[in-house]
Amino acid sequence: MKRWLIWVPFAVALGLLALVGWGLYKPADRTVRSALVGQRLPQFALPPIVPGKPGLATAAFAKGKPRLLNVFASWCIPCIAEAPQLLKLKQAGVEIDAVAIRDTPAAIADFLARNGDPYAAIGDDKTSSVQLALGSSGVPETFVIGGDGRIVLQHVGDIRAEEVPGLIAAVRNAR
Amino acid sequence: MIAEAGLAALWFAAALALLQFVLAGMGVWRSTPLRAEATGSARTDAETTLTADIIAAVRPVAVVQGVLALFAMLLLITVFVRSDMSVLLVAENSHSDKPMLYKIAGAWGNHEGSMLLWVTILGIAGAAVALLERSLATRTLIATLGAQAAIALGFYAFLLFSSNPFARLDPAPADGNGLNPLLQDPGLAFHPPTLYIGYVGISIAFSFAVGAMITRDVGPAFARAMRPWVLGAWIFLTLGITAGSYWAYYELGWGGWWFWDPVENASLMPWLAATALLHSVSVLATRDGLRAWTLMLAVVAFSMSMIGTFLVRSGILTSVHAFAVDPTRGSFILALLAIYIGGALLLFALRVGTVKQGNTFDAVSREGALIVNNLLLSVILALVLLFTLYPIVAAGFGTQLSIGKPFFDKFIGPIALALGVVMAIGPMVRWRRDDPGVVLGRMIAPVAVTGFALVALVALGGGIAWLPLFGLALAIGLAVASVLPLWGRNLRRTPLFTYGMVVAHLGIAVSLAGMACDAAFTQETLVAVRVGEPYRAGPFSVTLDGIKPVVGPNWSALEARLSARRGADGAVFYLRPQSRFFANPVTVTSESAIATRWDGQLYTVLGEPDGTGRWQLRLWWKPFVTLIWFGGALVAIGGALSLLGRLRRERRVRVREAYA
Repeated sequence: MKRWLIWVPFAVALGLLALVGWGLYKPADRTVRSALVGQRLPQFALPPIVPGKPGLATAAFAKGKPRLLNVFASWCIPCIAEAPQLLKLKQAGVEIDAVAIRDTPAAIADFLARNGDPYAAIGDDKTSSVQLALGSSGVPETFVIGGDGRIVLQHVGDIRAEEVPGLIAAVRNAR
Repeated sequence: MIAEAGLAALWFAAALALLQFVLAGMGVWRSTPLRAEATGSARTDAETTLTADIIAAVRPVAVVQGVLALFAMLLLITVFVRSDMSVLLVAENSHSDKPMLYKIAGAWGNHEGSMLLWVTILGIAGAAVALLERSLATRTLIATLGAQAAIALGFYAFLLFSSNPFARLDPAPADGNGLNPLLQDPGLAFHPPTLYIGYVGISIAFSFAVGAMITRDVGPAFARAMRPWVLGAWIFLTLGITAGSYWAYYELGWGGWWFWDPVENASLMPWLAATALLHSVSVLATRDGLRAWTLMLAVVAFSMSMIGTFLVRSGILTSVHAFAVDPTRGSFILALLAIYIGGALLLFALRVGTVKQGNTFDAVSREGALIVNNLLLSVILALVLLFTLYPIVAAGFGTQLSIGKPFFDKFIGPIALALGVVMAIGPMVRWRRDDPGVVLGRMIAPVAVTGFALVALVALGGGIAWLPLFGLALAIGLAVASVLPLWGRNLRRTPLFTYGMVVAHLGIAVSLAGMACDAAFTQETLVAVRVGEPYRAGPFSVTLDGIKPVVGPNWSALEARLSARRGADGAVFYLRPQSRFFANPVTVTSESAIATRWDGQLYTVLGEPDGTGRWQLRLWWKPFVTLIWFGGALVAIGGALSLLGRLRRERRVRVREAYA
């Protein structure tokens, strides 16, 4: 048996322990991110859900100006929590569109009346198909879409007040 | 008072472990044959007597340490039985309304209690070695008990400094939080203790290996002394895995029996290593070969037990079993892992050069077959470990992934089949050297049966995926091959351990047949049914008769009554799957209802109502699925026969020597 071969098990064990120790102290980020970040929005065309507000299609993006795409639902509690932040973003001049997931017109109208309406357009995604195509795994999620129609950033979970400036900067930089 | 007495018992046990470690260290050091020559002075009588006294003290200390640990465990069970809510652990994990069985089982259905169970078994195992082991050289035995004490010391420290099971809660709450309802099952009362006896039993093999490395005493006598302990631990591991698999099968209600979940893998990996060790120890005992490799396997097997404990307890991997998520405890166990595994492997690297090479042998020989068995088991072990830990590696490179069942099946399945082939051939090959042609001649019957089964399955069944197809054909051939070692022998004079091997190998064949049948022939029906509408599930026709509420000791449930009949004119029988609601803690579990027939199981699960008067039902017809666990039990029985046979022979030899 070669001399160095004897040390292989010891080295393997040390490597394993280092790996596991590292995994322990840096807990994995278990958020499921979309594989589409950096790529073009998938093709979709959703009908409107509330009267007086247009539906949403891929064509609305890629017009040279960055926009936010908010995935939300009236039945989602964190969506209520993030509504004030969306309004702030709108006041800061950010244009926001939305996809309503598995919802009804009456519930959405009620939700907007209670929590404010930051949206330029809302698409009706009854079967979550567009949500799945976007690679979004829950509500709420917010995508920053660049002026060229590419997904620049995916924000998972509700937007906190302290995260608003960051998002505004992301939209500004996403020319 | 009971809790304080338990804590005191733990402290005393820890102190005794320290004493045991120090005494053993001194005993081994003072009796080193080379030491007297090195110092150049002859030993005085007084010195020799002192050394003998020190060595004589190690055994009793080990016994008392084990008894104290057991006493602490019994006191913990007592506070659980009495529902003493002033003990934090009881308040967090028990409830006065719980049935008595689960109050007792609750003592180890949590982090602190299960770690106490761990050290208790460790202590008892050490005491058993101290009391029962007669064939090992004294110095090696003392070194072994010293190593055992070192392990125990680490885990006592872990309990006392970061996981005190006897901590009080002031003021005491009116009642406790209850036990996780998934764990309120008779299976839980027996599954963890069984598995732990296996996990911790392997520590004996580890300590033997460390002891032998320290005293450089590796040979057939050492292997013969170690073998019963390995066998014993392996039997319990086998039982634990089999029971755990059946528990997951009926309790989790998804119809599968193995999911390659990290915690399942944590129990499988020590089993794989122990299985390899069991076979290599035979080579060492019979032919004095594979010395270094056997030592290595003993270290690896216990390392896998500790890694298993670590994976379960640290919450580092996402798992359905991750009961306790706590990085502090994780780092503590990690430190213990580093000390024991790192220390043992360091010792191995330093000492293995001085272990003389054992006997050599031809490639075509029993030893050769056992080496292939060991290599394949090691490859499976390495793959399971790699796949289990790979998500952590991937996270290091910034990608998230999880490795699922199909991936495991695809890689492990074929290797396991190859292992099955070696298992069929191995027992038919002679030790030292054999003629390949003659070996093939002995294999004619199983090869023919496998070929015939393969052709029949393709002709009759058709459409079976290749892995289950080969698995089933191989299982049938294996069953024939496993009883071949008895062919032409005088059955009354055949030693018991040969019967043990035959039964254990037959068990593997039976289990493999069950796995293959489940994969090939399972029929699943997922339906939303109205009351009175019949549905087909395999050869059965199942009708939902109605849903009614039922109440248990600490739960309420919606219970469906399903009437089922086989074929058009079979007798009607009833199944009652439940959707159970527990208030403490608030949880809903589904209790599957299973009808067992000689040729399989009808497995039914009640789901949610859809709001329009229909209920979701999952119905599976699983032909011969029971063979999986029946085979597992056979493997354990084979192990027990083998153990009994070895012990009897050893005793006979000792008696003969005494009269000679």
